[in-house]
Amino acid sequence: MADQAQFSDLAMEYMPALYTAALRMTRKPADAEDLVQETYLKAYRAFASFELGTNLKAWLYRILTNTYINTYRAKQRRPDIADVEDVEDLYLYHRLSGEQSASLGRSAEDEALDRFTDTDVKAAIESLPDSFRLAVLLADVEGFSYKEIAEITDVPIGTVMSRIHRGRKALQKALIDRGSTRGLVGATDEAR
Amino acid sequence: MGDREAPGEPAVSDGHEDHAPAGFVGCDETIERLYFYLDGELTEERRVEITRHLDLCGPCVGAYGFETELRKVIASRCKDHVPDELIGRVADALRDEHSRQSN
Repeated sequence: MADQAQFSDLAMEYMPALYTAALRMTRKPADAEDLVQETYLKAYRAFASFELGTNLKAWLYRILTNTYINTYRAKQRRPDIADVEDVEDLYLYHRLSGEQSASLGRSAEDEALDRFTDTDVKAAIESLPDSFRLAVLLADVEGFSYKEIAEITDVPIGTVMSRIHRGRKALQKALIDRGSTRGLVGATDEAR
Repeated sequence: MGDREAPGEPAVSDGHEDHAPAGFVGCDETIERLYFYLDGELTEERRVEITRHLDLCGPCVGAYGFETELRKVIASRCKDHVPDELIGRVADALRDEHSRQSN
């Protein structure tokens, strides 16, 4: 059983990670700050139920996720589907490997990838539907395992794998769409 | 996540020759399992099979290298600076909660 007096010492170090997730989920700094504060308060109150030695970061993410779903998701009326039927495996790789390489020794696709800024990547993630965005954030930004993500989001592991897979495809498409608009990559095949 | 193809069965891939001898995994299966491989979610046996394929196959190792790089780019471009004001707010909220509980 965990003692509340230890809470700050153990939990505060996860604030940058939690804040980043909160910002990607709510898309608004003011909401993200409220969500993080709410998460810490709830976690503090419930800390006696946390088993010391288990994964505190995952436990905090679980509270953040539930709080987000209960408080913020209800406000948004976006359909929670990712239409990626037409996105092939390795979509981004195939698209970027056709780019021109300006320097020797680096592959064209790695060079093209470098042109995407922080803002591009954040905007692409934020364009994903809720549950796919959450799965991609937890897997690719935070590096949680499928099993941990299943526990955090309270869905079966098969659903987690499907959401990560579809979310990644949707993210690759969002990056290309954004890259095309900004002239970072060549126009899409359809537009040629 | 289907079972492995029967050894010797020709696997068709997009763009490059599949040169897997019987008993080795081919390009299709490698690409299909690439994310599980990168995620560290394969059994040891399957992981070794994919590694062995990547050791031999240039096109697949190109895709693998790109996906590895992409993941690094996504994680590193997705950081935000926590406002100092938020750190103070949370500390205050926890202190208030503590004194509320003590009363």
